[in-house]
Amino acid sequence: MNATVVRLTYRALLGGRRAWLLLLMSVLLLAMAVLLRVTVGVDHQVTADFLGAVAVAALVPLFGLIVGTGVIGPEIDDGSIVYLLSKPISRPRIILSKFAVAAVGTVLFAAVPTFVAGLVMSGTAGRIALGFGAAALVASVAYSAIFLLLSVVTRHAVVYGLAYALIWEGLLGSFVPGARTLSVQQWSLSLTEAISTRDLVSSDVRLAVAGVLLAVVIVGATWYAGQRLRVLSLAGEE
Amino acid sequence: MSPSVLSVDTVSRWFGNVVAVNDVTMTIGPGITGLLGPNGAGKSTLIGMLAGFLAPSAGTVTLDGVTVWKNPEVYRTIGLVPEREAAYDFLTGWQFVLANAELHGLADPGAAAKRALATVEMEFAQGRRVGEYSKGMRQRVKMASALVHDPGVLLLDEPFNGMDPRQRLHLMDLLRQMGAEGRTVLFSSHILEEVEQLAQHIEVMVAGRHAASGDFREIRRLMTDRPHQYVIRSSDDRGLAAALIADGSTAAVHLDGATGVLSVEAVSFLRFTELLPRVARDAGIRLFEVSPTDESLESVFSYLVKS
Repeated sequence: MNATVVRLTYRALLGGRRAWLLLLMSVLLLAMAVLLRVTVGVDHQVTADFLGAVAVAALVPLFGLIVGTGVIGPEIDDGSIVYLLSKPISRPRIILSKFAVAAVGTVLFAAVPTFVAGLVMSGTAGRIALGFGAAALVASVAYSAIFLLLSVVTRHAVVYGLAYALIWEGLLGSFVPGARTLSVQQWSLSLTEAISTRDLVSSDVRLAVAGVLLAVVIVGATWYAGQRLRVLSLAGEE
Repeated sequence: MSPSVLSVDTVSRWFGNVVAVNDVTMTIGPGITGLLGPNGAGKSTLIGMLAGFLAPSAGTVTLDGVTVWKNPEVYRTIGLVPEREAAYDFLTGWQFVLANAELHGLADPGAAAKRALATVEMEFAQGRRVGEYSKGMRQRVKMASALVHDPGVLLLDEPFNGMDPRQRLHLMDLLRQMGAEGRTVLFSSHILEEVEQLAQHIEVMVAGRHAASGDFREIRRLMTDRPHQYVIRSSDDRGLAAALIADGSTAAVHLDGATGVLSVEAVSFLRFTELLPRVARDAGIRLFEVSPTDESLESVFSYLVKS
């Protein structure tokens, strides 16, 4: 990792309105959790449904998309990435620095609020909050890696990222059972299933398989993004 | 600093069906070299390959014998001033140049940033954000970021674009100084006068091809000693045509009977411009209009490609 790349990335990511937008969404999740707790009371099934549908299925991939593409996409688009690339730093190291910022950012904005929302709704009962917090954590890291890779590979990373999150994980997953074994959401939920002592969640993927697949995706995507950055072509404006 | 040499050896680069750079071979050594050509000639593509941001489709680009592509180590020697404007607008000039120094892994990045900002005389604005800079200031801070590691090679893509005359002179002085220090400086431009004022050596590119190479006097001669087309209207077109064709500097005359327009093709620009008024005066013919028909830079360039 390179401290200067980390600093520049973090300032570019959190400067301006994006940070406030992300924060607003995190606060919204917590507000909804408080509202449910007040209106419904403590109902662990409601907690599981809410965190599964809103946090893990929607908020985490969305944050992963915004942050994962945000750490490098705009720089590639406007060409300012040349100032990083025209330095004697290996490109995989630049990617690793960007990935670290993306992963930490997504965890802070998406996974931590998920855990807190779980605590608000169910307390520590049945390790529900912990289970979903852990799922959101690993999913945050995985999405960061995937969407970072996507922005190095294509200029339309946001479109493809949305298509993946909505169509593949959302729609296809609910109709085609096979698609669910290749879904970050299902992998991370297998962690919730393993951690939580209540039988509220069921994942289609076994924990060991999910762990291996997550590790392969995170390491693989980050490695490949580094390789792709090595051959990134920056054409002139002709 | 040891002199650095960039070598482009039979390099082509194509994008799909479009050939942007076509079989170019050139060597760029210490001193200032101007890369001249009209827009779309492939200058930026060539600089992209020299800077290691584009892979040649064929051929090799080397810096002191070492391949540039996929070799970040070359950036210890290369300083790059890109054409595009974007440069971390949220940082101040000082933070931007300092970050560049840190990215180079310099022992004392603070001192290097200070020196680079002094070189481009931007200390007065170093506390302001890059996003608030004028185009000329931005160009200078980009220049400082390229100079921060004291590079032996400086690549500049259209550095004078959008600069006012004073900024232009300032940058020219700076580049002259860099060249005099023995650095290898390459800059691209589509304006002949800019290149002529600054570069000892000129490489001309047209439509992806390497059209000409040499000292600026040689290029100037190539550009002026070519058939020039003129359209002339006068009090006696036929009489003037007869007097002009008698001189060796005129290759052809054509009198259009219908429109009464006299077209002249001159072989030697200098002799013809001197001859025409003299011949007209001696013959008592009044000139109403003399207009060159092919003076656009593009036609000059396309002439160079054919020769």
